[in-house]
Amino acid sequence: MSDLETTERVLPSNAPGEDVAFEILGDGDFPTAEMSLSIGPAHPATHGVFRIVLDLDGERVRGARPVIGYMHRGFEKLAEYRDYRQIAALTNRHDWLSGFCNELGVAIAVESMLELEVPDRAQWIRMLMAEWNRILNHLMFIGSYALELGAITPMFYAFREREDIQHLMESATGGRLHFTYNQPGGVKIDLPKGFLKRSAEISKVTRERFDDYVDLVLGNEIFQGRTVGVGPLPQDVALSLGITGPTLHATGIAEDSRVTEPYLKYGDIDVEVPLGENGDAFDRFYVLLHRIRASLDIIDQIHDHMPAGPVNSKLPKMVKAPEGAIYVRTENPLGQLGYWLESDGGRTPWRFKMRTPSFSNVQAIPYLMQGALLPDAISILGSVFFVVGDIDR
Amino acid sequence: MTVLTSTTALAQAPSILDVGDGVVLPILLKVALVLGLFFVVPLVGGYLEHKVMGRMQNRRGPVEAGPFGSLQLVADGIKFIQKEDIIPRAADKPMFALAPGLALVPALLVFLVIPLGPGVFAVDLELGLFYALAITSISVLGILLGGWASANKFSLIGGLRAGAQLIAYELPLIITAITVAVMAGTLSLVGIVEAQANFTLPGLEGFNLWFVFPQIVGFAIFFVAAMAELSRPPFDMPIGDSELVFGYMTEYTGIKFAMFLLTEYAGMITMSALMVVLFLGGWQILPGVATPGCEGAAGIMSCDPIGIAISVLVTLAKIMGLVFLMVWARVAYPRLREDQLQRISWLVLVPLSLANLAFVTILTVVL
Repeated sequence: MSDLETTERVLPSNAPGEDVAFEILGDGDFPTAEMSLSIGPAHPATHGVFRIVLDLDGERVRGARPVIGYMHRGFEKLAEYRDYRQIAALTNRHDWLSGFCNELGVAIAVESMLELEVPDRAQWIRMLMAEWNRILNHLMFIGSYALELGAITPMFYAFREREDIQHLMESATGGRLHFTYNQPGGVKIDLPKGFLKRSAEISKVTRERFDDYVDLVLGNEIFQGRTVGVGPLPQDVALSLGITGPTLHATGIAEDSRVTEPYLKYGDIDVEVPLGENGDAFDRFYVLLHRIRASLDIIDQIHDHMPAGPVNSKLPKMVKAPEGAIYVRTENPLGQLGYWLESDGGRTPWRFKMRTPSFSNVQAIPYLMQGALLPDAISILGSVFFVVGDIDR
Repeated sequence: MTVLTSTTALAQAPSILDVGDGVVLPILLKVALVLGLFFVVPLVGGYLEHKVMGRMQNRRGPVEAGPFGSLQLVADGIKFIQKEDIIPRAADKPMFALAPGLALVPALLVFLVIPLGPGVFAVDLELGLFYALAITSISVLGILLGGWASANKFSLIGGLRAGAQLIAYELPLIITAITVAVMAGTLSLVGIVEAQANFTLPGLEGFNLWFVFPQIVGFAIFFVAAMAELSRPPFDMPIGDSELVFGYMTEYTGIKFAMFLLTEYAGMITMSALMVVLFLGGWQILPGVATPGCEGAAGIMSCDPIGIAISVLVTLAKIMGLVFLMVWARVAYPRLREDQLQRISWLVLVPLSLANLAFVTILTVVL
């Protein structure tokens, strides 16, 4: 029971920006109980079937436990029963927002094992598509993160741009989400007539509209109030948890395999890696947004470099990777994607292991949510940028 | 000792619905007016919200139901009535059923005192402003009750947030309303409109002004506080669909859910109507402009039927203008955090509105 005679002044230690002292009447023994709140697997903020169990004291989060696996589809095992061309249709499904970038990893792995020289044009086309896919992915997260903070409009704006880009990619690949355009040895088919012109036009339009996002979302006072200083991630924690992509770049570490270990023709062009400073939610969003501009710069360079020539190399009907193993890492929109491919010389892989960026990135959630407020927990959840299919595979 | 009847109880200006000598006919007409307002105007506001949001967000809004999609909300209402009424097993059943009604009825009762034009109101209470503010704050009881009775953690947090929000924002809202009452010298809503039509700043006699011009700070405080009290974005933390699923409405389905929705839309209309009456000159077209077909004080009272129609349209247009502003804010801003919201209220709005009240009171006494 509470004794109302004694008084005590306390400063809430964890609350962001708190400088107001509260006076607690009594001995402070007002009986409170922690409440366990299960967010998900079906919840608007988890975009998919991700579940997170929060221990709440009022609105303050005392502990957070992510529960994953609701969307496990067994892609690694399924890949052991598909030949090397068919795997592309599996891999563009684990992170459904970056289908093309996923296929790319498999194609590069098989080609490296075959020691196959891929035609130049195919490599430049792959880069072009990968960067457009990166922009598609980031636009989606810009919309959905703003939605998690309660702003409904950016989602519709992002989808306006996404629609143009999806039309563009559809004209070459025939797919809007699952492209299945990569094959060992190149890409499925050459670009249609007028593709580069249309691509340049969309690049220009998207660049013009990019400023709108900076003004309307990044420059919004309430957006800044909800994100600045929320969920800061120190560099050492980020590195020890294996976090990559925009979430890592926000802490100021410029590890991007397009720069540090270039694949395709990324070595021939300038790749800018936008960096943050504090690693908080605002920086993560800032990096994500500015990666769109960086990708548009890359796309413009690719337009200038695009050579003529074949887009595929002659391969037997059944591609068989030689006996051995390889690990290929590529910079996916959400972070580092690694494929470990082990072959016994047969027509299917003997073992196919995925290292997906979302899986590593969600490891930061318990650390980031400790001591946050419930609305901040949602802000943090959205700002580590994950796709549930990419966590569970 | 006077006998209180429906037409004399605290009432000042007569309503145009006080026809004949009987008691029954005026009451029936007034009930029809209030119910008509309650069921039609919020739907118009909701339609405006759908269309404006659509246009601002690169889409078209409703197009199928009725001409230009104008019957969308009616169609939604019919759909809600047909839905299964689910009550969670763990819920406190009587309270769970009572909550939407407790939220809805006050929203309906406010329409009693809202004047749409000269004589176009059910009753002009002497304490009209007090009545309107007192009645609107009852709605939150229903919300708290719904949040508690749902036996759902999301609902509970949503309900408690709504309660905290009401306590924080009722204060600046009422203080600002008192400031206006001090300026007008009356609590009657009709009286406030009349006072505005005659209001001039000292030194500028002959130049009519609405209260919004000297009271621009008060208007801003009232607007923000009204949005917070209605839980409209960017202050929709009690609903907070990305955090709390749907806050206190999470477990509600069918007609009960529709009642909560109607409460929100009706609240938008009543708050806008109050702002029109308190700050924007009620049914006056422009400051200092007499309404065609009217005579009497400042040319806005004692009107013929055409003048009354014009006045009602002017009031409705002003209400829809304010609804438009609320929708604009919803489209443009993300949601605040609960502690940020409380900080804005206690550290900014409450001191500001108190200073405003003191300033206006001193000026009124001195001049």
